[in-house]
Amino acid sequence: MTPLPLRPDLAAVAAAVPDGARVLDIGCGDGQLLAWLRDTKGVEGRGIELDAEDVASAVGRGLAVVQGDADTDLADYPDDGFDVVILSNALQAMQRPAAVLAQLVRIGRHAIVSFPNFGHWRVRLSLTLGGRMPVTRSLPVSWHETPNIHFCTISDFEALAADMGLTVERRAGLAKGRQVAIWPNLTAETGVFVLRR
Amino acid sequence: MDQRFGLDRSITLPGDFALAGGGVLPELTIAYETYGSLNANGTNAVLICHALTLDQYVASAHPRTGKPGWWTRLVGPGKPVDPEDWFVICANVLGGCMGSTGPTSLDPQSGQPFAMRFPVITIGDMVAAQARLLDHLGVGTLAAVIGGSMGGMQALTWAVTHPARVKKVVAIATAARHSAQNIAFHEVGRQAIMADPMWLGGQYAADAPPAAGLAVARMAAHITYLSEEGLTEKFGRRLQNRDAVSFGFDADFQVESYLRHQGLSFVERFDANSYLYITRAMDYFDLAEPHGGNLARAFAGVQSRFCLVSFTSDWLYPTAESRRIVRALNAAGAPVSFVELESPFGHDAFLLDAPEMNRVINGFLTA
Repeated sequence: MTPLPLRPDLAAVAAAVPDGARVLDIGCGDGQLLAWLRDTKGVEGRGIELDAEDVASAVGRGLAVVQGDADTDLADYPDDGFDVVILSNALQAMQRPAAVLAQLVRIGRHAIVSFPNFGHWRVRLSLTLGGRMPVTRSLPVSWHETPNIHFCTISDFEALAADMGLTVERRAGLAKGRQVAIWPNLTAETGVFVLRR
Repeated sequence: MDQRFGLDRSITLPGDFALAGGGVLPELTIAYETYGSLNANGTNAVLICHALTLDQYVASAHPRTGKPGWWTRLVGPGKPVDPEDWFVICANVLGGCMGSTGPTSLDPQSGQPFAMRFPVITIGDMVAAQARLLDHLGVGTLAAVIGGSMGGMQALTWAVTHPARVKKVVAIATAARHSAQNIAFHEVGRQAIMADPMWLGGQYAADAPPAAGLAVARMAAHITYLSEEGLTEKFGRRLQNRDAVSFGFDADFQVESYLRHQGLSFVERFDANSYLYITRAMDYFDLAEPHGGNLARAFAGVQSRFCLVSFTSDWLYPTAESRRIVRALNAAGAPVSFVELESPFGHDAFLLDAPEMNRVINGFLTA
């Protein structure tokens, strides 16, 4: 079976995963990314997902996925248990993003983190001119319903990584599925970072 | 046709069978059923492990009650464990009363039933007996071992004691140890049996069992298999065949009538001494105990993939117990899947219609 093409932000994450790596995908949903990595890159993947139905779908795809909460359950994983730990589009939904980030670089030798960039010009425009919290393509839910409780900009994330003494191995800003050329903090909808401790 | 395979089989394996508690059985009889056929490479064997009061009749009619197999929702044509694809084995546990060696078996030394002279057994002993059966059947490696409740304990034990023989483990609504509350409920059941004057220190005749005690044990246990929500939904405070309470001790309430029925019908198909021995085996179960209480260390040598399932309303083996197993497996680096499924039906949910559970098991087995 030919793997389906990935969502652009997941494709950017997948591109950073080496062939045959041991991967933990946190917030793996129904396992789309893990299945793709397994089928095209021979990755040995594991996942964590909060939603029971998504877990059932992922296990139904033959993936090793555990229902759990990244905010509380990552402490159970041993140091350096994985080559790569992925947190795609979920950092902003964590209760304690910095603590989760610290767990990522402890569990994995590399961490790949993607998140919606709150510094994107549409967000800024919505706040500046509209005076309203933004509802955009990558942030489609109203402020009172969103699971996203800790938004940050690409610059904010860089600052946090620096504060935590993490090494940024690679960084990319994406807009409409393509890598942006200039001013990622203003033009990118999504930030993708590869980090290590 | 090979007489080893098919429905209603039994094999007596001669020679001493040593038990974890120090006892020795002079021979070992195992009653079992198989479904489907073992493929040429021997790669499609699936062992189903049964819970406390169930038996080898996983997918065929029960000889005493006539009821269909207890897990036909999972095992059968078009089900996740389809005998078309899998060679399915289910054996009555050691200590059971449906044909495998247990307290009702005759002690060859005295020619009388063992009764309470039967040695105390463990979950590990049950697994060791199943391993002997697999040797007899010519099954080297199991593609999967699947069990719920006490069957899940056996499945987990298989991965620990026979790591090279098990590819996949499905452990449902189970735990890696019996909690104080689990032991407490079992003790209530055992005391009910032993308090029955008909028990006679276990020396009762087959046609004069301690029926009242065993029925009460079953009633108490049955409550733990359900949930408050389930009981309320099914019975509420509704009255049984009457318009008002009787101001007496009849079964006024439907829930009373239901429990009495459960107790009475259980006595028809189960042996009181077997109940004592099997509940004891469960109480002694603690996978981590030989490893200083460290469950991750118990799983250190496992070679299987694991799939755990729990149910939201199961308070007998609650989700926290499954999570404890998942944590330990993660720490041991073993591949594990886990999902907690919504159900109002308590511990028994794993035996009922659970399409999500079937989807998970099907995916796990075929991957």
